[in-house]
Order: sequence, then structure tokens, then C-alpha cells
Amino acid sequence: MSSDKVTKTILFSASLLVLIISTGIVFSLVKGSIPAFKEFGLKFIVTNEWNPTTGHEVYGALPFIAGTLITSILALLICLPLAFSTSLFVAEYFRNTRVANILSSLVDLLAGIPSIVYGLWGFYTLRPFIISLGLSDQGFGIFTASLILAIMIIPYATSLSTEIIAMVPDELKEAAYSLGATRFEVIFRVILPNASSGIIASYILALGRALGETMAVTMLIGNSNIIPSGLFATGNTMASIIANQFGEASGLKLSSLIAIGLILFAITGIVNSIGKYIIKQFS
Amino acid sequence: MPVNNVPAFIDNIDGRNKKNKLFLVLVIAMSVLTVMPIILIVGKIIISGIGQMNFNFFVQTSPDSLQAMSAVANNETIPGGIANGILGTFLIVIVSSVMAIPAGIMIGIYLYENQGRRYSNFLRNLTEILQGVPSIVLGIISYLWIVKNITNGFSAFAGSVALSIMMLPMIIRSTEETMKMIPNEIREAAFAMGTPYHKVILRVLIPTGFNGLSTGILLSISRILGETAPLMMTALGSTVINYNITKPTSAVPLLIWEFYNDPNMVKLIWSSALFLMIFVLTLNILSGRLAAKPKITRKR
Amino acid sequence: MTETLITTENPVLKVRDLSISYEAGKYAVKDINADIESKAITAIMGPSGCGKSTLLRAFNRMHELYPNIRTNGTILLDDMDIQKMSTIELRRKIGMVFQRPNPFPTMSIYDNVIAGYKLNGIKLKRSQRDEVVEKALTEVTLWDEVKDALFKKGTFLSGGQQQRLCIARALAFNPEVLLLDEPTSALDPVSTARIEDLLVNFKKDYTILLVTHNMSQAARISDNSMFMYLGELVEYGKTDTMFTNPKDPRTEGYLTGKFG
Repeated sequence: MSSDKVTKTILFSASLLVLIISTGIVFSLVKGSIPAFKEFGLKFIVTNEWNPTTGHEVYGALPFIAGTLITSILALLICLPLAFSTSLFVAEYFRNTRVANILSSLVDLLAGIPSIVYGLWGFYTLRPFIISLGLSDQGFGIFTASLILAIMIIPYATSLSTEIIAMVPDELKEAAYSLGATRFEVIFRVILPNASSGIIASYILALGRALGETMAVTMLIGNSNIIPSGLFATGNTMASIIANQFGEASGLKLSSLIAIGLILFAITGIVNSIGKYIIKQFS
Repeated sequence: MPVNNVPAFIDNIDGRNKKNKLFLVLVIAMSVLTVMPIILIVGKIIISGIGQMNFNFFVQTSPDSLQAMSAVANNETIPGGIANGILGTFLIVIVSSVMAIPAGIMIGIYLYENQGRRYSNFLRNLTEILQGVPSIVLGIISYLWIVKNITNGFSAFAGSVALSIMMLPMIIRSTEETMKMIPNEIREAAFAMGTPYHKVILRVLIPTGFNGLSTGILLSISRILGETAPLMMTALGSTVINYNITKPTSAVPLLIWEFYNDPNMVKLIWSSALFLMIFVLTLNILSGRLAAKPKITRKR
Repeated sequence: MTETLITTENPVLKVRDLSISYEAGKYAVKDINADIESKAITAIMGPSGCGKSTLLRAFNRMHELYPNIRTNGTILLDDMDIQKMSTIELRRKIGMVFQRPNPFPTMSIYDNVIAGYKLNGIKLKRSQRDEVVEKALTEVTLWDEVKDALFKKGTFLSGGQQQRLCIARALAFNPEVLLLDEPTSALDPVSTARIEDLLVNFKKDYTILLVTHNMSQAARISDNSMFMYLGELVEYGKTDTMFTNPKDPRTEGYLTGKFG
């Protein structure tokens, strides 16, 4: 075998690593969840109970699925106007100015802050603020967690949509201006229709990020294993229950936690795939 | 058509102009609102964290609860530091990098050299899916693979495996993108001189793409520096400095989590957070600088 | 020395001491003085970079989209200072067609024609809209070609058809003046000829300002011609006269192909 062939084989074998890891992840998650699904059946997904008392163990994923979806979607709703405005600021109104560059860099900074640091700030600064507003006794809950999540996903929502908005051809905008449109009208009747799928995709991808966030949410959501009863009620998410209870879990509980991990993996995978698909359609 | 032969309509020029100006104000206000958290967060970390950052902070291991409690009661700085965390993070990151960087570069080069093939596209899709996997799920995986089977207990190695799976897709993607930016003539010239394939990669492609590759690597490292969740179930943490990758190890984010759960350690939390932030930001800025400097500029 | 063309009718546009700069001290267009004849085709010619597009875009205040561009001097439309009008009103009286056909890709052909109304938020009755669309498309001889496909998006049209659609869009408001910035330079000769025929026809209803880098086009269809060089209006007169007997050596040099 020539040395080139050897090199090619080495590269190919390296590429198999991706395949192995991906299938390995799915395999291990499924294998680990089987005891839980065998015990509780597929109803596990919709069971609204998490009871670890020995002898009467019942585990269900519903409270956590609900918590994850509610916080993530709420975070996206909060983040939307902020990210949208920032994208317009950087890509349209103040394109290529110093201010826009500074704003862009500051927003990118948000992406660099680790989740646990967000959690700390949320715990020591945001929580007392929410308590002082009288919205909640302890300051924990869905709202606080969603608020922190919203801040965390702003850079992801902004960066892609900024690119997409900037890509709308100048000639379309000029044609609209030459017909007498105001800037507001050009944005909403020309830029947005042309950038809509890209913008939607970026928000879906931001949602995907929010779904998997662990530390900041764990520190602020209140960790009660029930479906949250209101905006300022406490709850729990899939990622946090795993983070909190995995270390000392064994047997059926461990398997249930792995099953939740599998569900989280699936939901995140689907959301991200939808986002990526829309982007591919767009370009 | 004679002039003024347009259908009669009601015009609202004033209203439209007002709406236009109002929207601009709204956009600016929202953008300012978006920036506020960054300033507040970074500000808080610096202000609260700078006090506890003395020399000991870097060289001593973390204090226990009792020491901290008495220090706080006497209004002194808490003794000890986060040396175990710093060195633990170093250890874990180095092991992760050793695993992820060569593999990532090789896979990236494979994808670059095999554009358009069905297998490559499939792999690329898998890589993207891998990138979206929540870090806590990777923690579970590493727990099942390493903690349970290989090291029979929590270990630094398990932590590294989880983090290296996180690094891998980022390095693969940035390698492929970097390679695509290298002018094809350079690659072809190397081959035309009869250079063996592995030398083309090692002596031409990688050095030429060094800046781009380094950007990807630095970014992926900065990404994993702050990860806590996967380490909680793999490396677990430790009060001592540890160099044995088969044993539990501390890490800065893990220490922050431990301090968070102890009311006496509040001051240390912010110092540790500050340390972490400085590290992450430095890497981000460095990689940004590198990205802006292409090694080869096409001659006009 | 610039020559102002005085016409017998009241010129629809008057330019006085117009200068436009992109950065301090660098002028794209300098000290232009001219009267534009109503209901005639005036061609603006010159080598690349002479400022002809810049001059054209001053008429509908397109430069205001770019904050670093400074405009000095006055332009009068029907003896009113265009700076004193709102841009919305101005752009209803002066329409523009661009070099590359740019129909709005997310709108149907029908919607493209009335895009002006839609963008301005003007609500018309269905019958009014239909009338505007049919009139405009008929004027640009596109009606028969697209009348059965009005609600499809315009991207399937050929380049020439797309450009005619853009002209129809600009005509929907019944402007007084039509500005065209090298409208046929991206089109094939057949489409070019078709659009030139349209413009000649339009003369009776609209004042047409046509930037072109193609002198034969100017010679073919324009009544008056401006020759610009390095931002200055070098010569301006009746096309026939200018082409056969240019007064300025730079004009002659350009027309005989010595440069540009």
C-alpha cells in the first residue's frame, strides 16, 4: 500500500469516529432507559409523578418535559423582541458603524459567559430584584428561569438573523425607497418577507440551545418535581433533574433519569434539525 | 397617460412618518435593553470578585466550610484558594484537547477532501446533530461509558471524554471551513511536486490554515472551560490537587457549584467566576484576533 | 463651461449649482446647472465614474439613504424645491428604474405592479387595483404576455420581461418624470430594442432621464444629451447637434471612442 493510501485510510477511519460516537450515544441512552420503560411503559413520558420512596417508586417524565418546554418557549418569546431589534440595529439602521460593531461585540460576549455564572448572577442579583418587585416570595420559578434563559440565547438568535437581514440585496431596498416607502415600511414589507425563513430558523436554533441549558435553570427554577402551576410557580426541567439527582442514583431511578436524557436528546435533536433544514431550504 | 390619472386614495404621510420615527426609537431602546445584562453581569463579577483575588487564591486549595465561616465572622478574606480547581481544569482540558484536536482536524480534512460525497454529507449532518446535543446528555454518556466501565468510578478522564465530544464538532467544522479558504493552487502545487499526501497535509495544509485552525480550537476550549453539568457526574470534584486522570478531580466550575451550596463561601464564588470569565474572554478575544488575520492573501 | 439648455416650454426640472460629495473634499458631481426639458428624453452619458448615476439619483433624493453623502445646491421640480417636499411625495412624482431588474421576489407580478401602493399602505378597491395593473402592464407591452399568470411570482420572467415589469411598477403612480439608470445594460439586444421603443413612446406622457454608457442608445432615442466627465457637466445640448458637432474636445474624444 502506498503511503498515500495509508493516509487516506487513516483519515477515513478518523471519520468513522463521528459515526461511532453518534450511534454510541443513541445506543447507550436507549439501553440505559430500557429498565425504566419496561417498568412504566411508554406512559412514562406522560406520567406526572416523581416518587423515589423505596418500595413505591414511581417515576414519570411529564413534569420535567413540561418545565423544559415552558421555560424554553417563554425564554424565546422574551428574547424575540430584543434579538430582533438588535439585528435590525446592527444589520439595517446602523450597519457598518462603530456603534453597531460595539453592540455586536457586546452581544457576542453574552455567548461567552458560562451557564453557571449566569446562574450565580440570576441567584444573587435577579432573584432579589424579582422579590423586590413583589412578583414572588422566594424569587425562584418559571419566570426567573425563563428570563435568564432569554438573556443566554440572545446571541444565538441575533447572530444568524443579523447575517440574514444584511444579505437582503440593496437593490430591493432601493426599489422600495424609490416608490416612496419609509424605512419602517421597507423593513416590514421588503426585508422581512425576504429574510423570513432565515430569521425563523435562527430562532428555532436558539430554542434548541435553550432546551439543553442546565446550570442556570437549575439554580433558579425552584426544583419542585411538579408541572408548574403558574408563571411565578416553581418547577423543574429535564436537564436539572438529571443534574441534581444523577450522582447518587441507581437502579430504577438511574434508568428513569437516563430515559429523561433520551427524551431530551430527542427533543433537542428534532428542534435543531428543523432549524437546520429551514436554513438549507433558504440558501 | 395624462398626469394625475391615479385612483383616488386617502394618504397618511404624517402618520407613516411618525410610525417610522417611533419604530426607530423602539429599536434603539430594545437594543440598549439587550446590552444591559452584559454590563450588569460583568460589572457584578468584577466588583464582587476582585476582593478575594490574592496570591493565595491561585496557589492554595479550597478551604472547608469551617475555615470560611470563621473568616467571614471576623471580616477577613477567606483563606485558601482554588488551586485544586485551576489545576483540575487544566488537566481535564488538556486531556480533552489531546483527544479532540487531532481527531477533529483529521475528520475536518477528510470532509474537505471528499466534498460532495453522500457519505461526507451524511457525516456533516451527524456532526451538526452532535453539536446540538446538550452537555448534560454527554455527561450521562460519559458516565455510562467511562465511569461505569473504564475507570470504575468518577474520574478526570470521564470528564475529559464528555468535554472532548463537545469540542469535536466545533473543531471539525472550523477545520473544514479553514481548509476551504486555502487557495486550491497551493494544494495542487504541493501535489504536483510529488509530495506524499500526508506531507501535503502536515507541511502545507495545516501550516497554511494555522490561524483558522487555531481559532476553532481556542473557541472550542473556551466553550468547555465553563461547563459544569457534565463534570458533575463524571469528574465529580475533589478537595485536593490531583494529577491522576483515573481519579475524581476538581474544576473551577465545579468549585463554584460547591461554593454556591455553602453560604459561607459567597465571596469566593465571585472571585472564581471572575477568574473563569477572564480566561474565557481572553480565549475569545485571541481567537477573534487570529480569525481576522488570514495567513495567505490572494494576490490581485 | 457648462451650457444650460433653454427650452421653449417650461422645463420640468431645474438643477442649480448641484454638487455631491462622498467624503470631504472629494466631489462625485460638481457645480451642475441644467434645465431638463419636459416630455422629452434626456440622456446622461460619460465614461465610468463620471458621476452620471450620482446625478440621476439626486433627482429623487436617493442619496439620503447613505448618511455620508453630502448634497449641495438645488433641484426644482415644477419650480418647487425638492428638498422642501417629503420624499414620499417626491417619489410619487419621480419614478426610478434600476440597472438590474429587481422585481420583489416574494410578490406576485400583480402585486409587484402595485407595490408602490402597497408599500405606502394605500388601500385601493379591487377594481381600482385591477385597473392600475392592467394599464401599467399594457403600457409596457407586458399585459398579453402575463395576463394569465398575474398571481405567479415574477421570477420566472426573462430579464427583459422583468425589467418591463419594473418599469410598470414605476409607472403605477403616474409619475411626471421617469429616471432610468442604465436600464438595458444587463439585457440582450432584443429586449433592449423593445425597451427603447417603449421609452420613445413614453415621451408624450413622461419626462425621461436616461443614464446610459451606450452612446448609440443615446443617439438612437434621446432628444437631448448631457456629457459628463469627472463629475462635471461638460456639454449639454440637442442630441443631433452634439453628436455631429460637439463643442468641447472632451465630448468629441468620448464620442469618437478615444476614451471611456
